[in-house]
Amino acid sequence: MSHAVHSPARPNVSAHTPALEVRGLGKSFHTGGLFSSQAVRALHLVDLTIGRGEIVALVGESGSGKSTLARCVARLEKPSEGEILLDGVDVLKRDRFQASRAFRSQLQMVFQDPFGSLNPVHRVEHFLRRSLMIHGKGGTGQGSEEQTRHRLEELMTTVGLQVDMLNSYPHELSGGQRQRVAIARALAVEPEVILADEPTSMLDVSVRIGVLNLMRKLRDEQGISMLYITHDLASARYLADRTAVMFAGEIVEEGESLDLLANPAHPYTQLLVSAVPDPARAGSYDPVHRATLRQAVMASTTCAFENDPDQRCSSGEPVRHQVGDPLNRHWVRCHLYRPRAGAGGHALATEPLPEPQPAD
Amino acid sequence: MTVSQTSFGSHEPVLDVKNLTVKYIGDTRSTTAVDNVSFSIGAGEVFGLAGESGCGKSTIANSIMRLLKDPAKIAAGSISFGGKDVLAMSQGELRRFRWQDVAMVFQSAMNSLNPVLTIGEQMADIFTTHAGYSRKESLRRAAQLLELVRIDPARLKSYPHQLSGGMRQRAVIAMAVALKPSLLILDEPTTALDVVVQQEIMAQIKDLQRELGFSVLFITHDMSLMVELSHRMAVMYGGRIVETAKAHDVYATPGHPYTQALMGAFPPLTGPRIPLMGLPEGVKFQNIPDLAEVAPGHFVAPFDADAETAVFEGAAQ
Repeated sequence: MSHAVHSPARPNVSAHTPALEVRGLGKSFHTGGLFSSQAVRALHLVDLTIGRGEIVALVGESGSGKSTLARCVARLEKPSEGEILLDGVDVLKRDRFQASRAFRSQLQMVFQDPFGSLNPVHRVEHFLRRSLMIHGKGGTGQGSEEQTRHRLEELMTTVGLQVDMLNSYPHELSGGQRQRVAIARALAVEPEVILADEPTSMLDVSVRIGVLNLMRKLRDEQGISMLYITHDLASARYLADRTAVMFAGEIVEEGESLDLLANPAHPYTQLLVSAVPDPARAGSYDPVHRATLRQAVMASTTCAFENDPDQRCSSGEPVRHQVGDPLNRHWVRCHLYRPRAGAGGHALATEPLPEPQPAD
Repeated sequence: MTVSQTSFGSHEPVLDVKNLTVKYIGDTRSTTAVDNVSFSIGAGEVFGLAGESGCGKSTIANSIMRLLKDPAKIAAGSISFGGKDVLAMSQGELRRFRWQDVAMVFQSAMNSLNPVLTIGEQMADIFTTHAGYSRKESLRRAAQLLELVRIDPARLKSYPHQLSGGMRQRAVIAMAVALKPSLLILDEPTTALDVVVQQEIMAQIKDLQRELGFSVLFITHDMSLMVELSHRMAVMYGGRIVETAKAHDVYATPGHPYTQALMGAFPPLTGPRIPLMGLPEGVKFQNIPDLAEVAPGHFVAPFDADAETAVFEGAAQ
């Protein structure tokens, strides 16, 4: 086949360099009027690494900052601080003002709403052809049209659509099919990293797993790294190699997906895991346990690692404690580290018990 | 004497839907949204109706409440509530029937609160309008209602925007059970909420149900949630029921390929990662036959073996 689906190996990049690395990323949104100095801290000191061919899930509830992180990494939003390393290169320094075409060809996004992300006046072919043309992946010179055509058909087959759907308009496709077109459009660029922001939440439930399976297949066959952003822990566990849990703009726990969901260490993760409906799980909702967990999230006074001489606790710094087997790369932020006042998300705000008193 | 009193505690089904067919009549073509659907709900029973957007589950709920508007039309079938024919009710009877006998919590119901009235005014309104209490007595009862769903009665003076999404949803549920209806219809009551809030609301509905003993028609696409809450359930596809049984039977041995696909859409939280399969793009079940009993109390619509193969092949791709 004349078109290798794999991205060509890039020079000067060690195989150990992660595909995407985020260091100390922060983002504040200015609020209030023009002269106001108030700001909402949406992200604070986020560190996240995605290895080559790895799928990392970012979970948290609405308002936890997971979409802001994706938008910052995709350069749709300018981060207030921190570094974004793609293939070991700080893209915030390389392309100072906006994302360059080179950046876009390395990293692509798949958005939540396939109904809004495809222009209704164009046929499917237009979206894919445009991606190929802009990024120069369609072939050049003699026989380029033939090459482009071949690539278009290849893309459609890869995402599990029929080739004749190239002539369809978005409204003729179902939600799942549209999301597959959106994925094909991202693939056309032959990216190394795909950011998928809740790619299945707007789809009919019966086709959701198909899209997840497609994402897994792309990783397995083409080695594409992915950041999968979701509020659905079960699907994160199903798809992702590692899962990171976000609360109030900070990552509080991260680890191998199965291990993290089996042994959640942070009270917030425990809160999330215990809330997922699962008929296989015995036992029911316990309001007292819930209140304890909330209290532990917002104003914890103890840490499970307090008496561990190897792992120092700190209420001032976000210290990471290692959980269980080092092979699982499972860590949790020290429980003594308290979230900022008013950081409690939706889940914590509904608590009818007296307001916990945050320390700072 | 209200219907609720006569039917409560008896073995008669509270709600009996027989061969219901609802059509949306268009100028050039008509669509059958609900096609010959029958089910019944016993006293104190939680009955789940699962299926995804467009399968007709909300149309059924609206038919029961007699809320269907043109161009929707009930083409055939009957709905009886506590022995009364709902489809034959006059406007006056309907007014009593709605809210007093059957209450409904709509999808994104928290947005159905009036933004310019306080929660207290809206809740008291139920009692003054439907039960004829004085304003003072109504407010007292509204406070009780809020306590029932564990919201501070001081919140009666709050406007909807001052409450969180979960609190608003709880307030709406409290309003639905205000007149102690014998049937509560919940149409995707937690879709817009985060998972933690969702669980608390479901727990609250369970508590209320135990306390007040009403029956529930629970509509959702989330199979895990449905199996946790419901006693019996039915799975709908394209306006037809394709499977009905006790919730745990459906969960343990889903018979229809569509049910299996729906189940597969919610990966488990425990055990090893097993590849699951959804419904492949483009697979459609057509001309779904009537249900056949495959095990005691477990009914599945006979299906084409080809369609099943298609489901498995779709997963493999």
